[in-house]
Amino acid sequence: MQPLDYLKETPSQTAGPFVHIGLTPNKLGIGGVYPQDLGDSPIREEAKGQQITIVGTVRDGAGMILRDALIESWQADAAGIYPGNDPRGAADPNVGGWARIIADFDTGEWVLKTIKPGAVPYPDGRMMAPHISLWIVARGINLGLQTRVHFEDEDNSACPVLGRIEHRDRVQTLIAKKTGPDNYRFDIVLQGENETVFFDI
Amino acid sequence: MTANSEGDRDPLFFRDRDWHPAAYTPGYKTSMTRAPFRPLVALGSTLSEETGPAFGQSMIGALDNNLILNFTGQPAIGERIILHGRVLDETGRGVPNVLVEIWQANAGGRYRHKKDGYLAPLDPNFGGCGRTLTGPDGSYEFLTVRPGAYPWPNRVNDWRPMHVHLSVFGSGFGQRLITQMYFEGDPLIARCPIVRTIGQEKAIEALVAPLDMNRAIPMDCLAYKFDVVLRGRRQSLFENRREGM
Ligand SMILES: [Fe+3]
Repeated sequence: MQPLDYLKETPSQTAGPFVHIGLTPNKLGIGGVYPQDLGDSPIREEAKGQQITIVGTVRDGAGMILRDALIESWQADAAGIYPGNDPRGAADPNVGGWARIIADFDTGEWVLKTIKPGAVPYPDGRMMAPHISLWIVARGINLGLQTRVHFEDEDNSACPVLGRIEHRDRVQTLIAKKTGPDNYRFDIVLQGENETVFFDI
Repeated sequence: MTANSEGDRDPLFFRDRDWHPAAYTPGYKTSMTRAPFRPLVALGSTLSEETGPAFGQSMIGALDNNLILNFTGQPAIGERIILHGRVLDETGRGVPNVLVEIWQANAGGRYRHKKDGYLAPLDPNFGGCGRTLTGPDGSYEFLTVRPGAYPWPNRVNDWRPMHVHLSVFGSGFGQRLITQMYFEGDPLIARCPIVRTIGQEKAIEALVAPLDMNRAIPMDCLAYKFDVVLRGRRQSLFENRREGM
């Protein structure tokens, strides 16, 4: 038999307790290496679309709020086009799409200020409801966790991804609750009751 | 940010989750309350994971990949090493223009972090982070000092082997990876509960960088080679035709 000459993906290891040294040194107080941390905002002021603020926490199976969590977000522009390499065309130049978000070192609360993304097609052409993808790392997380933020005030009923979730009562863990005209709350639960849906993508 | 090339849009290879560490690994105590208990929802990649952020050379400073000098401009103390390698995907192709970020303890095993109270002193000239973009063939290079081993609160006498943390982007958000590289010959590797979160011996070996005397600089520094492999992309005429194309 011929060999299959694929390489294996490098195995993951936890980001550990000191991930901020590497990824957000300025926010940790290590100044002077980089002028600015990467990923401070996914948008510029002039970005088209509804400006929104999402606030949340990351909680563990013992009910403790993580103060060391680091989250990255990735999203489309208001028209549903991804910046950079979207095969359908160029995105709003004022949308970078990517952000690096850290839990507050004291309260554990994280904040994402962005614009609400448009719907994006699933591989079969059906539209996925507007969402922001999240990737979560921290001490004790051996492989980054992938989840999505959907929005309470969007029509999520026909989303093919949400439709894949067999236990329908879990869908609500992916839906940010509206707390104001442009404000949402999205609490992530790593383990136990109301455990957030994480994807194998 | 700069645009990625056209080939960087295909669906991602499925992740071999038996090769990666499991989420729940009691030897590493913190994982016990931070591991999801419910099964992951199987999805496969969509446009949301096949696209991803891109970074340009303009974001990278001249000393960003030189951890010996990038904090104060005065040299850090320790064994000087070049850490180099390539970022590849599972098909063996080099992945160009992607961001590689590293962080590590100083030569004594101490991190510049208020939560690190280890006895070893801080080095006033060592910050502990670096970053670079891969070249056209996926290659990258850092100049740093070899980090010391350090004790950590887990079981009563657990020590981390010497290691460097790496964060790597591909061209798609679904390729995002954080890992750690270890050094050839370190007897603490086999004893480390974080290393042992990985079940397969061959997978552990993939995290151990060999000494590379061909890249060492005489009378200056040693070198270690560490390649990073990201998820590949599926190429099939049958699956690239999305609606409207
Ligand atoms: Fe470490």
